[in-house]
Amino acid sequence: MEKTWNNKAWFLVLPVLVLVAFSAVIPLMTVVNYSVQDTFGNNVFFWAGTEWFEELLSSSRFWEAMVRNLIFSFIILAIEVPLGIFIALNMPKKGWGVPVCLVLMALPLLIPWNVVGTIWQVFGRNDIGLLGYYVNALGIDYNYVQDPFDAWVTVIVMDVWHWTSLVVLLCYAGLVSIPDAFYQAAKIDGASRWAVFRYIQLPKMNRVLLIAVLLRFMDSFMIYTEPFVVTGGGPGNSTTFLSIDLVKTALGQFDLGPAAAMSLVYFLIILLLSWVFYTVMTNYDAER
Amino acid sequence: MNFNLSWMAWTPPTAIFFVVIALLLLGMGVWEYASPGGNPRVGILRFETTRGDRLFVSLLGSAFIHLAWLGLVGPSLWWALALSVVYAIGVFRYV
Repeated sequence: MEKTWNNKAWFLVLPVLVLVAFSAVIPLMTVVNYSVQDTFGNNVFFWAGTEWFEELLSSSRFWEAMVRNLIFSFIILAIEVPLGIFIALNMPKKGWGVPVCLVLMALPLLIPWNVVGTIWQVFGRNDIGLLGYYVNALGIDYNYVQDPFDAWVTVIVMDVWHWTSLVVLLCYAGLVSIPDAFYQAAKIDGASRWAVFRYIQLPKMNRVLLIAVLLRFMDSFMIYTEPFVVTGGGPGNSTTFLSIDLVKTALGQFDLGPAAAMSLVYFLIILLLSWVFYTVMTNYDAER
Repeated sequence: MNFNLSWMAWTPPTAIFFVVIALLLLGMGVWEYASPGGNPRVGILRFETTRGDRLFVSLLGSAFIHLAWLGLVGPSLWWALALSVVYAIGVFRYV
């Protein structure tokens, strides 16, 4: 039978192409154009060449923000992934407890990021905040406005509170998909609790865990709203992550050229990491 | 209708850059038309790549080569460009 070639379907893709062009491609092209120029407003630009990129690559401020961001993402993953697995393992698998736990787990995910920031900003204050007041009452000197360590602890705890549920829900979905026959076989073999986790539950959760790690890494690497609302990047620059630094440069200082150069480098790093994760995921799927 | 693109702050070098990218994509389209299927194969990275993947790896790698050159050597990027071309040929040959 002769195959019918019909290219009219391409017209159905056209709206998406137009949308992507206006929301991503054209703004990105503009950022590239800005990154090699300087402006003082009024749509007047001066050629700067690679100056902003050189300045950025030799800027300790940029590298410090990058290191802060990587450390933050690493800590977030080190806490949220094991904690998420632990909670998912201990959640009920049957009965009325299942919907209750699922709703409780979903609640933090439903709160807008700036609201989460505001909640923790008030919660952590040592004059009127429940957390700040009682931690100080216990004799621990806690003040996230003045102490960089306290600011980091607050931002990390806030992120753990906000996003561990996502890991929990993904792991739980992986766990409930394991057929009972696996557990029955393990019981017959006299497998320990650890052996069941190591050889049945963990391999079955592998794929959802990979998605969880991916999502949490990318999200924490691009974090902006919550730390900005809570600490504003301070005290000093101690919680100034890449995105906060970028907004300070672009909107605070109105240095559009340097901000555009920084955006591009940031974009390239995200693109590289996304590609690595995507490749790992798709190859893992292919191997399965 | 006033079709004004001055807000995009175009310059001849950036325009040339985007024209080259567009030509590369067009060339890949023509190549795909002439030889459909994307020529998937397993190279030194030990996983399957199509020629679209290889172009992406070439362009992304070239961007980092240019950045590294700027940061470590200096603002003259002609050698970085030459290195990127060699890298891209290597990617299309072995990846």
